[in-house]
Amino acid sequence: MTNTDWPLWEVFVRSRRGLSHTHAGSLHAPDAEFALRNARDLYTRRGEGVSIWVVPSTAITASSPDEKDPFFEPAADKPYRHPTFYDIPEGVKHL
Amino acid sequence: MTAAQTTVPTTAALALGDDALVLSHRLGEWAGHAPVLEEEVALANIALDLLGQARVLLSMAGDEDELAYLREERAFRNLQLVEQPNGDFAHTIARQLYFSTYQHLLYAELAAGDGPFAPLAAKAVKEVAYHRDHAEQWTLRLGDGTDESHERMRRAADALWRFTGEMFRPVDGLDVDPAGMEAAWLESVEDVLRRATLPLPEGPRAGGWTAGAGRQGLHTESFGRMLAEMQHLHRSHPGATW
Repeated sequence: MTNTDWPLWEVFVRSRRGLSHTHAGSLHAPDAEFALRNARDLYTRRGEGVSIWVVPSTAITASSPDEKDPFFEPAADKPYRHPTFYDIPEGVKHL
Repeated sequence: MTAAQTTVPTTAALALGDDALVLSHRLGEWAGHAPVLEEEVALANIALDLLGQARVLLSMAGDEDELAYLREERAFRNLQLVEQPNGDFAHTIARQLYFSTYQHLLYAELAAGDGPFAPLAAKAVKEVAYHRDHAEQWTLRLGDGTDESHERMRRAADALWRFTGEMFRPVDGLDVDPAGMEAAWLESVEDVLRRATLPLPEGPRAGGWTAGAGRQGLHTESFGRMLAEMQHLHRSHPGATW
């Protein structure tokens, strides 16, 4: 019996032009070409996308949950990093 | 209503509609049985595309439900190729390759004309291009895969070969060039098989030892059972709705 387990792929879909690709989910496929086609069938059938990326899940380096504090905690108490201190002139829309 | 609107050629609408309906049902039989979940979704998508085409085409010929659920076997006009049992996965893929290559050529030609099938064909030709690509990708991988997948794909391509001549017999009301389509079909299928390292099947595609009277209402043994399953619910509960 040969190994029939297909590798896992992460799927990123761009929903329309101008937006960036967003993670949509993951799937199994024997190779990249089929991963693209499976992604089309699983995630874009109802007109959700104009472009798809597939990435082997093994190629993704993720931050570890154990390192959550050193990674993300220091950012929490620096309100000056958030652009919340500006007065927005009247008449400016879409900000 | 414009003056150019011609009467619908019922024979042709039934032939194309039945092809789509029957193949759709066969592909639907994979639900719950496909080798992997992703492939099951892919086959179901193709089945639903075909069902959508069948609904338009059968509605051109009459009442879609009556035509799908209340006709006897002999009244169906589909190709014998599309009613062939799913077999193993390779058989399903060979059937898809042969049929979708034909259907793609057919719809492309109909879409380019201004006949009654042009609007449907223009929309469906994109769907079918994807079906053809799906079948091609699998044929390449199975043919050029392991020894076992190669052997199974070769067997499937051989077994269904004798059903492929029927696709290019003229159909009443279908304004296409069967000979030109057949040449293009052979070229395309030969190219895929060659790249999949598969030999071109040797058997005849026309003549005494081949199959293919589906368009005349003669069907193969397994079609009756498929039809019984497809029509059973509607016949048991006429007029039932969700």
